[in-house]
Amino acid sequence: MDLLAFGKTGWGDELFVAALMTIAVSITAMFIGFIFALIFTPLKLSKNKFLNLIANSYTTVIRGVPELLVIYLFFFGGSGALMYVASIFGYYEYIEINAFITGSVAIGIISGAYSTEVFRGAIQSIDKGQFEASKVLGFKKHIHFFKIIMPQMLRLSIPNLSNVWQITLKDTSLISVTGLVEIMRQSYIAAGSTRDPLFFYSFAAVLYLALTFLSMQLINRLELKYNKGY
Amino acid sequence: MDIDLIIASFPKLLGGALITLKLLSASMFFGILIGLFFAILRIKNNFLSKIAYGYSYVFRGTPLLVQIFIIYYGFAEIDLIRKTFLWEAFKEPYWCAIIAFALNTGAYTSEILRSAFETIKIGYIEAGKSLGISKKLIFYKIQIPIAIKQSLPAYGNEIILMLKGTSLASTVTLMDITGIAKYIISTTFKPIEVFIVAGSIYLFMTFIIHNVIKFLEKKYSFNN
Repeated sequence: MDLLAFGKTGWGDELFVAALMTIAVSITAMFIGFIFALIFTPLKLSKNKFLNLIANSYTTVIRGVPELLVIYLFFFGGSGALMYVASIFGYYEYIEINAFITGSVAIGIISGAYSTEVFRGAIQSIDKGQFEASKVLGFKKHIHFFKIIMPQMLRLSIPNLSNVWQITLKDTSLISVTGLVEIMRQSYIAAGSTRDPLFFYSFAAVLYLALTFLSMQLINRLELKYNKGY
Repeated sequence: MDIDLIIASFPKLLGGALITLKLLSASMFFGILIGLFFAILRIKNNFLSKIAYGYSYVFRGTPLLVQIFIIYYGFAEIDLIRKTFLWEAFKEPYWCAIIAFALNTGAYTSEILRSAFETIKIGYIEAGKSLGISKKLIFYKIQIPIAIKQSLPAYGNEIILMLKGTSLASTVTLMDITGIAKYIISTTFKPIEVFIVAGSIYLFMTFIIHNVIKFLEKKYSFNN
């Protein structure tokens, strides 16, 4: 237990901060994924074949390719791509993107592909009458979407979004390869300097379990709250 | 876009595909045995079923990366493993990866099979009983085939998830597709080209798995 002491003698405080970092990356990634899903779900449901193709290739490619490969693409390619764009505008200095942003964007894009599928399924399971009723009542398009369809879509997607959240939370462990100090990276550092990998990796597993357990409790409460009256 | 690099890296990455496939097939083979074992434990509600639940909860609630690291780096600390024949397996990253993957996919498989067992219509079992078939035979000849058939779509997804999971073998020095891709990227600094090639190989594999499962589903459906 000395290994987990707070302060200079143990790794307790470092691991605690690392756990907060994992939570921060997961939430950021989930949020980015949310935005991606809100962009791609309408494309997926649209009648235009070309827009369909774009959305389908996004979800198929991201869900069919290992997460680690996507992270390597962003880790090695992110700053290069940004520098290329910057060079068009006449900026030739070296740009380095922070590991937090690279990681959140990479995981966010992955999480977005899953969320897109969840939203698509949710919209398709909304009663057809709702669409017709809002059409008959003559709502404007954005009110129709934001006030009538989206609230129902969100309620229906809570159970599946909780799966996406779990996947996202676990995927953040892969960001450790880019050097961002989250749970996995901190355990790697601690294991290296104390030569006790078994203890620190097991403790990392416990931290992840605690995070998934706590978030499930929270989501279950949310689900109960929004299922009132159904 | 560097077309030459795309062409040059293709055979190298295809070599990695062989390791990926080996890892996938070995871990799926052991995983289905583990999954079936723990799914059967969970049918009855007793102490053993609680252990089976704990196993699947822990392995589904933690990242695969942690599991590989515990098995590859962590288990080397335990004397029971290092001083006995077990060390032969645990000193090889290849076997460590397979053990981790098999335990991980076993946890998911046990959940898939459990829910399949639970949704078998009671009528099938009653029909078997009324025909005077023994309990053992009902289990092996009625419950297990139906459960397998029902869990095919979910199991197909699990194979694809595991295919993607094998990429983590590259973190314990194995040169699978992702391992080789990372090596090429870090020597040439051309991530996009390598990503296109490696990604296409993975997508092609996903495509094949998806269609095989679809074919099996059709073949074993009750309707025809």
